[in-house]
Amino acid sequence: MSRWEVVIGLEIHAQLATQSKIFSGASTAYGAEPNTQACLVDLGYPGVLPVLNEEVVRMACKFGLAIGAEITPRSVFARKNYFYPDLPKGYQISQYELPIVANGELTIDSDDGERKRIGVTRAHLEEDAGKSVHEGFDQMSGIDLNRAGTPLLEIVSEPDLRSAKDAVAYMRKIHTLVRYLGICDGNMQEGSFRCDANVSVRPQGQDEFGTRAEIKNLNSFRFVERAINFEVERQVDLLEDGGEVVQETRLYDSARDETRSMRSKEEANDYRYFPDPDLLPVEIAEDYIEAVRQTLPELPDAKQARLQESLGVKAEDAAILTIQRELADFFEAAAEASSAPAQTVANWVLGELSGALNRDGLDISGSRVSAEALALLVDRIHDNTISGKIAKDVFEAMWAGEGSADEIIEARGLKQITDTGAIEAIVDKVIAANPGQADEYRAGKEKLIGFFVGQVMKETGGKANPGQVNQLLKKKLSG
Amino acid sequence: MSISDKPIYDQTMAELSKGLAAGDFSSVELTMALLDRIEEKDGALNAVLTVTRDEALAAAAAADAARASGDAGPLAGLPILHKDIFCTRGVRTSCGSKMLDNFIPPYDATVVERLAAAGAVMLGKTNMDEFAMGSSNETSFYGDVMNPWDLERSPGGSSGGSSASVAARFAPVATGTDTGGSIRQPAALTGTVGIKPTYGRVSRYGMIAFASSLDQAGVIARSVEDAALVLGAMAGFDERDSTSIDQPVPDYVAELDTPLDGVRVGIVRQHFDAGLDAGTGDQVRAALKTLEDRGATLVDVDLPNLDQSVPTYYVVAPAECSSNLSRFDGIRFGYRAENPEDLLDLYCRTRGEGFGAEVKRRILTGTYVLSAGYYDAYYLKAQQVRQLIADDFRKVFADVDVIAGPTAPTPAFKLGEKTDDPVTMYLNDIYTIGANLAGLPAMSVPCGFAEDLPVGLHLVAPHFAEGALMAVGHQYQLETDWHTRCSEDYR
Amino acid sequence: MSLDKDQVQHIAMLARLKVADEDIAEACDKLSRIVDFVDQLSQADTSGVVPMAHPLDQTQRLRPDAVTEANDRDNVQQNAAHVADGMYLVPKVIE
Repeated sequence: MSRWEVVIGLEIHAQLATQSKIFSGASTAYGAEPNTQACLVDLGYPGVLPVLNEEVVRMACKFGLAIGAEITPRSVFARKNYFYPDLPKGYQISQYELPIVANGELTIDSDDGERKRIGVTRAHLEEDAGKSVHEGFDQMSGIDLNRAGTPLLEIVSEPDLRSAKDAVAYMRKIHTLVRYLGICDGNMQEGSFRCDANVSVRPQGQDEFGTRAEIKNLNSFRFVERAINFEVERQVDLLEDGGEVVQETRLYDSARDETRSMRSKEEANDYRYFPDPDLLPVEIAEDYIEAVRQTLPELPDAKQARLQESLGVKAEDAAILTIQRELADFFEAAAEASSAPAQTVANWVLGELSGALNRDGLDISGSRVSAEALALLVDRIHDNTISGKIAKDVFEAMWAGEGSADEIIEARGLKQITDTGAIEAIVDKVIAANPGQADEYRAGKEKLIGFFVGQVMKETGGKANPGQVNQLLKKKLSG
Repeated sequence: MSISDKPIYDQTMAELSKGLAAGDFSSVELTMALLDRIEEKDGALNAVLTVTRDEALAAAAAADAARASGDAGPLAGLPILHKDIFCTRGVRTSCGSKMLDNFIPPYDATVVERLAAAGAVMLGKTNMDEFAMGSSNETSFYGDVMNPWDLERSPGGSSGGSSASVAARFAPVATGTDTGGSIRQPAALTGTVGIKPTYGRVSRYGMIAFASSLDQAGVIARSVEDAALVLGAMAGFDERDSTSIDQPVPDYVAELDTPLDGVRVGIVRQHFDAGLDAGTGDQVRAALKTLEDRGATLVDVDLPNLDQSVPTYYVVAPAECSSNLSRFDGIRFGYRAENPEDLLDLYCRTRGEGFGAEVKRRILTGTYVLSAGYYDAYYLKAQQVRQLIADDFRKVFADVDVIAGPTAPTPAFKLGEKTDDPVTMYLNDIYTIGANLAGLPAMSVPCGFAEDLPVGLHLVAPHFAEGALMAVGHQYQLETDWHTRCSEDYR
Repeated sequence: MSLDKDQVQHIAMLARLKVADEDIAEACDKLSRIVDFVDQLSQADTSGVVPMAHPLDQTQRLRPDAVTEANDRDNVQQNAAHVADGMYLVPKVIE
């Protein structure tokens, strides 16, 4: 065990899935032509004023309730003042002293195999900034303000995380949660879900925290893990060589897999926060909170427990099924429609179906086989109409759009041969064609039964029931 | 009153409205007459920055047509000037600054939109202190505005172009904005009526912000009746301004008839202390006597934290302004420094060159009071004292209907007289600032002359009582004729 | 309390205002006078007083989540000094 303890806190920025911006009626849709979705408010035009979007308040409340946090009865927007070209007003409207959500928590399955409680200090509402484009303008940068004013929920954890893996587990947990709640699309490529990591190390057993570095703008789980690991190593090396960690902002360069100091932001920040006089305190009444509570969906932890306890799904499968609400919903719909055990359905969802989705780069919502169609296929195995092996071919045909399980079984004549007479005839034929092996079997080489089953299955095109074939062969060979 | 003998430019809106209705003249004729007058006379005053002749004549023609077809709005065809702080679609809006010398808003401020919808005809945009920061109109990028009563003197500020224009009979009414007295003090110094309504009464949308928690739009006019008429058209809830108040706007004109009988008028002793010019004090005391004679009761009241109002203001307003003006960076609109070396140079030179000295001073002051280590001692402290000041007013208004006193400590001062020491200039706002800090409606009404210069009577009322406030002013004007006086040169 | 040159330059940097060398002495003087003047706030007894951020005791009104603004880029960018390909241009931002 290292003599250094790692301490990590994450600030996750989740873009809220609203139609319009947090303070203006401009669209939040991703990917528009530069500056076509930046209205006068987003541009910080002289004279225009912000008006708060009701949906962001509702979404923040949902999140707060989902992590058992306090919803602040009177929260306040403040201005964070600094100059940057992608920040049109010269200040960001955020929340400072009185965030809308405070003191929540969730549990993660930690690296060391234990369940661990991670505190969420606060979650506050703020507006996103625009984007700078550095290529294609000679000595200039281009500024696109389409993203300016997009609502963000910044979720700040306690410094409770003790490893890069824990940090990723926590981030995944939040990622799952915000998508369950329908408040964020979680699209990390588009920047809808990203985080800053505050990383420090201290000698094991020391109470005070070490000096931390903040790694900005990590937009994939892999980068979070790698950036933290790099940073920890850098800090430990520094300290072990007798150096000191400087409190600073660092950038993770994924191409080089290293973090480096952001010199341009080194100037001592003095954000001069003060309450935004253009906005009034946001008051949230108890009955509003209760109404929002009624709209909460079943949350991932509860769903996972239910799949295990009520449906008898294995723990690890239940965990995977519930990462994404749509996948869990698909599974539940299939399990509900099927008469086979839920675990069998789970095997198919996590096996063939997930494989096909991955292969084609699809989300569960884009599945080419519906939950009901999959249930029917599983039922056909369960009622012995086809074997599991044939079912895989049927699934592929279903995926290719050839029809329902029954249609494909019928069209391709894949139904298992249940007519004992017909199987007997084939068994007889196979034994007659392989007299040598038949003799060996009879002489005690019982392993050869496998060979005969294989031959019969081959003759029947896999349509015989292997158990039935086995029985018949034993009878005939010993007879 | 007969419409008759008065020259068209000397008539109030109420009088002009009757003339238009009677067909004595058309809006096009009226508009033309005032545009010509501005052209002829503004050279000496520098009160109007932009004359929108073509737009004005088109709007006047439309108003005449509307009147002919019987669907004229309440202000149909009546002329108005807008302070150049209100955004006007397609018309340069400079805010008195080099920073916005080339700025053409793509939208109308709510105030502009509502007055246009009521049929008013915009004649142009008036000069002002840069970003409304000043009490003398000497900080404008476009030069000083002169007081029609004495061209060597200031018309007050920041709405000095509006006050000078109304005093010079360029228009019966001009809009203004008031953050610490910027409507009322210029009104007092030019012998006009100036009203700042309750904070939130008039939308701030499209009004270029100075200090958001203090700024409020209002009116400069010659009669309280006109002020009531125009305020009624521009006030009211606006969903684009979060601080706009969702309360119905009463019929201010109807309320003017409320008699003074039984009205309790609070007098603050400190208002008449050493800082007040003697001649000004005499006129104000005479005005109080007039109110008493008309049935009002004078009551002594106390505002114990009055002395703290100017320092409080000069922390809160610069703090908000330092942040509000950060958007002027040369990137999306406004002035941009030539050939910047790098991004930092673009910011520092654009802002260093685009803003004038007083604006920069306030940005620096505001940055300082919000900066790490000073926030609690200045900004937070000022917010607490602001609460104390507001409490003082709350207590006083439990007992009286209005507070009356002087608007400014002296009549119009000479241009250049107070520019050396910013604090001396700031103290000019001592009587007016409290109403902004507490968000109260307040007005200045002409109440006489001291050494041939106009003096203003300051009236403050509780939140949303602008109707009662204007009634007091109107009743006073029924008894006096100070508001009809005009400087010789502008008769 | 008086402000020295370094303090004024520091504040000017925070505010992104270039103060010319020849103006710095005057800026120090006038700012110091203003700060001296507002220092009298320290005499007020404000123990237990709730800071006042707004003149009226109102709460924030909420807007329905609907897209109400259409693209007006070309018109709006006429006020910008330096634009290309629909973007606002600034001297290269170095990160």
